[in-house]
Amino acid sequence: MRGFVAVLLRDLQLAVRAGGGAMLSLIFFASVVLLVPLGVGADHKLLAKAAPGLLWVAAALAVLLSLDRLFQADFEDGSLEQMTLGTAPLELIVLAKVLAGWLTTGLPLTVASPFFALQLHLEGEAALMLTLTLLIGTPGLSLVGAIAAALTLSVRRGGLLLSLLVLPLYVPFVIFGAGAVAAKVAGLSAVFALYMLGGLSALALVLALFAGAAALRLNLG
Amino acid sequence: MRLGRVAVEGREISAERGGRQLFDNLHFAVGPGELLEMIGPNGVGKSSLLRLIAGLVPLTFGKLIFTRNGKRLGDDDPPATSLLHWLSHQDGLKTVMSVSETIAFYGRLFGPSQREDAVLDQVGLSAKAALPVQYLSAGQRRRLAFARLLISERPLWLLDEPFAAVDAQGRALVQGLIASHRAGGGTVIAATHDALAGDARRLSLGSVL
Repeated sequence: MRGFVAVLLRDLQLAVRAGGGAMLSLIFFASVVLLVPLGVGADHKLLAKAAPGLLWVAAALAVLLSLDRLFQADFEDGSLEQMTLGTAPLELIVLAKVLAGWLTTGLPLTVASPFFALQLHLEGEAALMLTLTLLIGTPGLSLVGAIAAALTLSVRRGGLLLSLLVLPLYVPFVIFGAGAVAAKVAGLSAVFALYMLGGLSALALVLALFAGAAALRLNLG
Repeated sequence: MRLGRVAVEGREISAERGGRQLFDNLHFAVGPGELLEMIGPNGVGKSSLLRLIAGLVPLTFGKLIFTRNGKRLGDDDPPATSLLHWLSHQDGLKTVMSVSETIAFYGRLFGPSQREDAVLDQVGLSAKAALPVQYLSAGQRRRLAFARLLISERPLWLLDEPFAAVDAQGRALVQGLIASHRAGGGTVIAATHDALAGDARRLSLGSVL
């Protein structure tokens, strides 16, 4: 557990320092939300209708943007090797790194989402539903992304491959995440979509720890 | 040694990298208090052998036997990876973290640790404790990497080119650290170009092929 906490705190520390990119995802998310009304025009109805999908796509891409740095720097400078020799199992190290990653990408985005929802004229309960779906779904995005990031570790400049691997896996998250918000907008029940989203994130948690650790071992060998 | 005295034996070890045979049917043994020097030209697989012993690369041919306090490591024992330290060319340092933050992190990662200031003193970096790693010279970074071996006591040291980037003073320091580790019952396996100590066991790679 000491090893888990050590890696978590270290990654958070690194993220907020120079070159850490803690706010990168949030700024990307904000840019999309601020640019879309300028490009599409200020048609309130149109924006409100597109908002759930748009916000979820922006969230997924914002998380994707952060994946490249999840393991890469530690792999290149030898920190990752040292982590395999620590007292904590590699699965826990993966969890610590993903958690630190989520706290600096998914969480700020989730917290800021009601404000961004207002920008796109998504109001009231629908905006709260957006925040709820992001809270449930973005950890899943980070976890699924971690598997792909671990797999593409030894590919130099593997960003392209990483995106290709991750995007299909993000499809269900976007469908059910945006679906729940859209259902709320239409006055329907969002429960089914929420359960699906929660199930996806739970599945991602189980898979990511073992698949991620296995992929890291493979790339270190 | 808190974690006991460790011996390592390799039997009939073969390895290849990228389809090329590095070494074949290699035997070696090193016990507590001993130093095994691996010598040989670049590219013969010294680092690969160290990575095999460190468990970073899966062993495909041959056997690696770890014994602790005379008994072979079994399922109830801690894994071999928790008994060793690995020092490679990649120093595992983050430029934006300070010297003391770096060593505190590795102390927590590797388990029960010594006092940070005492360890930094041992490698001659106590005056630099608050400095970010990016302001250290190559030799000072190497010293910090060595501090990682001291912050948490582990019986087996695997060192890849321990003299890389250090000056004459640093060399003496490294030799001193290795000698005192051995005096305390520690085991050292090092890949090197030049002799570390007069009483070392030698394993010559490259000439066997």
